[in-house]
Amino acid sequence: MADIQIDIERCKGCGLCVLQCGHGCLKMSEDTNESGNTYAMINGSKDKCTGCGLCCQMCPDVAISICNEKTNTKKNKS
Amino acid sequence: MNFCRTESLIDTVTHYCPGCGHGIIHRLVAEVLDELGVREKTIATAPVGCAVLFYNYMKCDIIECAHGRSPAVATAIKRLLPENVVFTYQGDGDLAAIGMAETIHAANRGENITVIFVNNAIYGMTGGQMAPTTLLGQMSTTTEAGRGNNQEGPPIKVCELLSMLDGVTYLERVAVNDAKNVIKTKKAIRKGFLNQIEGRGFSMVEVLSMCPTDWKVSPLKAAEFVNIDMKSVFPLGVYKDEDGQ
Ligand SMILES: Cc1ncc(C[n+]2csc(CCOP(=O)(O)OP(=O)(O)O)c2C)c(N)n1
Ligand code: SF4
Ligand code: SF4
Ligand code: SF4
Repeated sequence: MADIQIDIERCKGCGLCVLQCGHGCLKMSEDTNESGNTYAMINGSKDKCTGCGLCCQMCPDVAISICNEKTNTKKNKS
Repeated sequence: MNFCRTESLIDTVTHYCPGCGHGIIHRLVAEVLDELGVREKTIATAPVGCAVLFYNYMKCDIIECAHGRSPAVATAIKRLLPENVVFTYQGDGDLAAIGMAETIHAANRGENITVIFVNNAIYGMTGGQMAPTTLLGQMSTTTEAGRGNNQEGPPIKVCELLSMLDGVTYLERVAVNDAKNVIKTKKAIRKGFLNQIEGRGFSMVEVLSMCPTDWKVSPLKAAEFVNIDMKSVFPLGVYKDEDGQ
């Protein structure tokens, strides 16, 4: 299981990552983050995520990471 | 697989709109600088346009240029400091409208620089006026009925235009509408920088990019507009590769 992390405060709610994930692992939130944007979140459990990183490639705000080192992501609430 | 923010990309929130392609392209450039290990000796130019604050996002030296003048400034920097890696980052208004003369002459002289050309078919920063690259029929604040062939003329295809010049080494057009193309864009940017490092001359990578705000569409529709509408007018591919590599 890939350890995908979404920094929801960095997310601007564009939805490009959700469109990109062919496994349906991501969805948009119903509520908003502190900036007032809906944000990307895990759709159910992380188990479906293959760690392919295509969502990370699409994110204009570098809000998604897949890291073994814990130091690179902050405020991972999802 | 690991995916972490690369060292050269400053860890901050950008001012770009949701779904704007600039953020993706900034990241790719930063990753290439880190992978090639050239950040400490890289000097970039920032354009006038939405990427005017480029220097707030990249951990390399950056000089802000007057609108469109980046290729001339980069020429001077590279000639004075040939050991440094020098690149311009420009929008289509900056590179193909007010700066077209600088672009053509720097390319024709075969300056050993790398040009990152962000083609989003509009003037983003100033609120959506027609750019030289705006598509026929595309609405903008200065072409409210859509760009007309007789009135404004057809879009300028910069890769095709520069491919006529003997001084040019490498031209490739790529896009950031989906992850597959983003990965290809990075390869092209890497090659653009490697050409310079190996002294091969003028390289330009044209990136078809989304401007959801001034196109007045959602980010998802903007990605589709790049994929369908822009690609049919601006075909992706290598337009010149002097070393054939
Ligand atoms: C000398 C000068 N003329 C005009 C302007 C106004 N202006 C600012 S940005 C811009 C166009 C930017 O469009 P583009 O290069 O396509 O970049 P984008 O914002 O789309 O990324 C213009 C005309 C200016 N700042 N300076
Ligand atoms: S890493 Fe791949 S499988 Fe996992 S959420 Fe992102 S796109 Fe989907
Ligand atoms: S691509 Fe990035 S900014 Fe856009 S919704 Fe996904 S995480 Fe948020
Ligand atoms: S106006 Fe367009 S180019 Fe400028 S930041 Fe917004 S989406 Fe990006």
